[in-house]
Amino acid sequence: MVTGLINANPIVYERKARQVRSAPTNIDEYADEPIDQQEIFDHIRDIKDPEHPYSLEELKVVTEDSIEVNDKQSYVRVTFTPTVEHCSMATVIGLCLRVKLMRSLPSRYKVDVRIAPGTHATEAAVNKQLNDKERVAAALENPNLSEMVNECLAPTFA
Amino acid sequence: MDKKPSSWISHIEAFVDSSRPPKQQAANVDAIAALVKNDLLTLEALVRDMELYLTTSDHSIRARGILLLAEILNCLMSKPLDGASISSLVEFFTSKLADWQVLRGALIGCLALLRRKKNVGMVKSSEARAVAESYLMNVQVQSLAVHDRKLCFEVLQCLLEVYPEAVEMLGDDLVYGICEAIDEEKDPRCLMLTFHLVEILARVFPDSSGSVASFAGDLFDILSRYFPIYFTHPRSDDLDITREELSMALMHAFCSTPFFEPFAIPLLLEKLSSSLPLAKLDSLKYLNNCIQHYGTDRMIKHAKAIWSNLKDVILNHSPHKTLFSTSELAGNMESEENQIAKEALICLQTAILHLDSLEKNPILSFIVEDEDIEMKFGLVSNEGTGTGISIESRRQLSAVGNILSVSSKASMSGCTRVFQKFFPRLMNILEISASSSSNGCNTNNGTSSLNFGALYLCIQLLASFRELILTSQDFSPQVITVQDGWWCMLQHFSGPLAHALGSALMGARSSELVNNNTGHEHAIYEVKGLQVLATFPGCYLPTSEDVYEYILVIFMSIATERFEDAFLWKLSVKALIEIGSFIEKYHDSYRGISFNRIVVERIVSLFQQDDSTMPLALKLDAISEIGTIGVDYMSRVIKLLEEAILSKFLAVCVEGRLEAAEILVPLLECYSNRVLLWCYTSGNFDEVAMQFALCIWNQMESITIFDKDAKIQDLFDRMMTTMKLLVGGCAEENQSLIVRKAYSVLLSTSFLSEESLPFSSSKLEGLQVTPDFVNLSWRDEWIVSLFASVVIALLPQTPLPDVKLLLNVLTTFLLKGHLPAAQALASMVNKWHVNIDKSEVPNAYTLDEAIEMILERSLLSVQSSSNLGKSDLLNKDERMLSCLCLLNNNSSFQSNAVVGLAWIGKGLLMRGHEKVKEIAMLLLQYLLSNPYKELHSDASGSGDSLDVHTSLATSAADAFHVILSDSEVCLNKNFHAMIRPLYKQRFFSSMMPVLLSSIKQSCSSSMRVALYRAFAHVISDAPLAAVVAEAKKILPSLMDSLAMLSEDVLNKDLIYSLLLVLSGILMDDNGKEAIIENINTVISDLIRLIFYPHMMLVRETAIQCLVAMSALPHARIYPMRPQVLRAVSKALDDRKRVVRQEAVRCRQAWVSMA
Repeated sequence: MVTGLINANPIVYERKARQVRSAPTNIDEYADEPIDQQEIFDHIRDIKDPEHPYSLEELKVVTEDSIEVNDKQSYVRVTFTPTVEHCSMATVIGLCLRVKLMRSLPSRYKVDVRIAPGTHATEAAVNKQLNDKERVAAALENPNLSEMVNECLAPTFA
Repeated sequence: MDKKPSSWISHIEAFVDSSRPPKQQAANVDAIAALVKNDLLTLEALVRDMELYLTTSDHSIRARGILLLAEILNCLMSKPLDGASISSLVEFFTSKLADWQVLRGALIGCLALLRRKKNVGMVKSSEARAVAESYLMNVQVQSLAVHDRKLCFEVLQCLLEVYPEAVEMLGDDLVYGICEAIDEEKDPRCLMLTFHLVEILARVFPDSSGSVASFAGDLFDILSRYFPIYFTHPRSDDLDITREELSMALMHAFCSTPFFEPFAIPLLLEKLSSSLPLAKLDSLKYLNNCIQHYGTDRMIKHAKAIWSNLKDVILNHSPHKTLFSTSELAGNMESEENQIAKEALICLQTAILHLDSLEKNPILSFIVEDEDIEMKFGLVSNEGTGTGISIESRRQLSAVGNILSVSSKASMSGCTRVFQKFFPRLMNILEISASSSSNGCNTNNGTSSLNFGALYLCIQLLASFRELILTSQDFSPQVITVQDGWWCMLQHFSGPLAHALGSALMGARSSELVNNNTGHEHAIYEVKGLQVLATFPGCYLPTSEDVYEYILVIFMSIATERFEDAFLWKLSVKALIEIGSFIEKYHDSYRGISFNRIVVERIVSLFQQDDSTMPLALKLDAISEIGTIGVDYMSRVIKLLEEAILSKFLAVCVEGRLEAAEILVPLLECYSNRVLLWCYTSGNFDEVAMQFALCIWNQMESITIFDKDAKIQDLFDRMMTTMKLLVGGCAEENQSLIVRKAYSVLLSTSFLSEESLPFSSSKLEGLQVTPDFVNLSWRDEWIVSLFASVVIALLPQTPLPDVKLLLNVLTTFLLKGHLPAAQALASMVNKWHVNIDKSEVPNAYTLDEAIEMILERSLLSVQSSSNLGKSDLLNKDERMLSCLCLLNNNSSFQSNAVVGLAWIGKGLLMRGHEKVKEIAMLLLQYLLSNPYKELHSDASGSGDSLDVHTSLATSAADAFHVILSDSEVCLNKNFHAMIRPLYKQRFFSSMMPVLLSSIKQSCSSSMRVALYRAFAHVISDAPLAAVVAEAKKILPSLMDSLAMLSEDVLNKDLIYSLLLVLSGILMDDNGKEAIIENINTVISDLIRLIFYPHMMLVRETAIQCLVAMSALPHARIYPMRPQVLRAVSKALDDRKRVVRQEAVRCRQAWVSMA
């Protein structure tokens, strides 16, 4: 294992206030509420960073604007920004994002998790790794990794 | 004593053995103390026998021995002891203070002896001095542990408090010793004591040549190190001391003696400029206290320094938000900043009040002559006229305003000086000249907005001036006998000022006001200014009479014309109310007259006109607000409203003008919600309510023909509610007046008055046979409804006239489907007087008879209208039932009868009457009657009768809901219902077995649906605790009913309440067991409900139940896991977001259990 922290002193940003959706006064029981950016963001904002006790939102690894979603075509793309360029945790963060979305979205969705262009040294490799079903499945078979992922996801289910 | 010496000796041995647990040792002490207390053992004997322990050379044993003796003395605090033994004991412990190994015992012993009260034998003062001397010589406090230090301080405190004259002689030695003892103390518990010690010490040596005076520097040096208190222990700490308490204690120590002045004031002033908000806040508080305690002579020399420091704080920390008195968020959350400013102003006020020597107030002079203030004043008062005042200058503005208002509030002289200096200049800036002509309003030549800064300051000054007069008036009635210069000035200016404010207020366009805050601010201060000008007390009114009236006119014109601008409207109405209340409070009859003429009359006439320019809601607002000024005003308002209500009522009901109903409903609402509420709090409810209720009844009596369309449900309900409120709040005698009146009107209804009184039995029969033959006029319907409302709201003890007739009439109406009649009947049976003396009132019913009669009537009438004879059937219930079932073509009757029964059952149940069972059984039989049997015998119109039956069964099932639910309309606390505690539980436990067994026996599905419906109503309306206790029995049926009822969309609310019951069961330990036993059905039912399409709440709750179930024992739920996961995954695609979120949680809960 790596002895030191990769980014020992990350910048912590303020958490955005939870946007309370204004409840419509007369609720139409049969109206659709499509899955939107904010809902996806609500799913992933509380994921804990693998090496710090901060959430991805606080570290600005993910923002609401970095999410693309199309409910009709069942497609979502999350672009995240690692805190430092050489961050070896990028894959773990990506894995967390993917697993969380897999568990939270209907099965019809195609999930695409990417590193923001130009923010990571081995961007292409990580992207490939993250979007390869087999490799994701294999990673989750690894008890160490899966424990780590579960730990990071724990706060999102609170 | 000799009998069992060994027993207490063993206690001593046990105590001395330090290896024993502390609890046991305490028990030993108690045991010995009890012996001594009960005189089974003398103290001398004890000491004699303990000699060895007290004098042995083994330190630990000696220490334990002495500690034991001390603890025993501690327990004997209230036992009288003779002087000799006290003396010897004190001597002993005093000498032991020198023996450091046994110090704790010695301290406890000394403390126990010193704390003794006079009546049980006290320590002599010479002995106390000896203790103090020995203590000072031998005890090194700071080298001891916390607990012992605390004891030391307690001994000192006790000596100082109880034997001040004894220890005073020790003089410098004592003070020096205490200095040494408290130096460097760090434990908060001890600090509380040390601060207190200093405080008492100062009291013991008050002389300027005393020891404290000479040691003041040293003492303060020790204290000052703690300032400002920095203490971060969490509240939950076992110390149980907060920062505030410590700070308070230290403050008292600071203020304890004026000898601290040369040291304390510089320190405080220095800390005032600290960057730590807490230090600032503390120094302000301390300074405030010190000024009060040190005395003017000492403090006067610091005046300049204090002023300049306070000025800095106030100027830099004034909140800019307080100017927005509209925004509420600034108010409740008091920030540190605000607190600092507030404390600083308080401190300034104290300084002005206390530092006042030789008629010369230095602080005031500083304020008036201060250059900073001067500069800021110039700056802010010239600041932009209207839009865009920066936050910084806003802050300055409020700072200057506050300083000026505090200094003028403090005293008359202060007021004079501030006023003379600043007021003319403000007037100058506002371009108001002191012309005596009342038309000076054109001075601001067309520019309708005044300079905001100047406006603000001016209003602040005026307001504080007014406050000063108000407060000083209480002490001396004539404050301004001398016509001071400034007073003349104020008189000169007030007229033009009022005109300027008024024209500015009128000139401001409403669009401006709506759009930005500055407009609002302007309006706030202009209104406030006018209000202040109009509310100077009595003879001090600076304004002339016509200016005063001008102000009222301005407000009135806003109130009548500018109603589209809600903000301004509310402000001015509020200002009017303030002015009115002021007049009322100070009994200013002269001004009251013009207030009445201009304001009240105007609003009243406005209200009476039917022009539609002003919204009715605002009119009602204004008029009910006016009423709150005082009783006289309210009685006027009440009269007005009552007249309006009655005339509108006439318009609706007789002339058939339906649009009048739209006015009448809000009128009634205003009357019942605001006016009656006010009357209720002010205590004249009874009279008002009784009068008005009688008025309504008179009106009803006089109207003979109602318009046909005059039945508007909304109006109907409102009218009834008002009537109920009126009657419900009255006392018994007034109620009976109303009832009698109402009864006489009732007798005039067409269906009763057709035949002459007394009411013949044949008439009754006629009514019975065909209850709906009575073709009701609208009038009759109104009268009956209102009468029912009266009956509903009566107190139990209020007598009803001619009960027999009432029962008959109400029952008849009940069968016609008249709901209020049913509720009135229910109220009657609920409040029925049990102890009626039969001999006095011969034809009075007992309750049983009454119920019997109602039941017979409601059921037999149905029967007799069918073609069956009475005698054919054996059993009464059976008879009634079968006739109901045969009556296929008369279904509305049956439903009405069922609803009526339900209400009556509710009334009976609430008072705990047995007959409710009979009614419940009857209802149950409606549920159970099998329609198919009838269908076979009745060949014709099968579909029709089936419908009839199901609707009947449904209403029977819903009857259970009526019985168990709380109603706002009747049978509640407000309407004086008799409510037995736990009545719902009782019904639940008696009905549940019956319902369950009939569900088991039922064969047809439609019957089942009805039964389940009834069952669902019963368990969802019963208290959850009762249901949960029966969880095991009801759970299977609960699940079945969920499954059964979910087929019909109409049942969705019922399903939701059932799910809530289920979740309640899930939260209970007992309930969990029941759930586990039925785990398969519960889970599969819940899964089905996850996809319930008609109600989001049902889906959400079902998923939440599943989440809760994931915590059940693993072995039982694990087999269901795949099933649940499959369902929940599908719910991830639900159309509602809330459901999706719950589904994510649920899925995680079930996934992670593996």
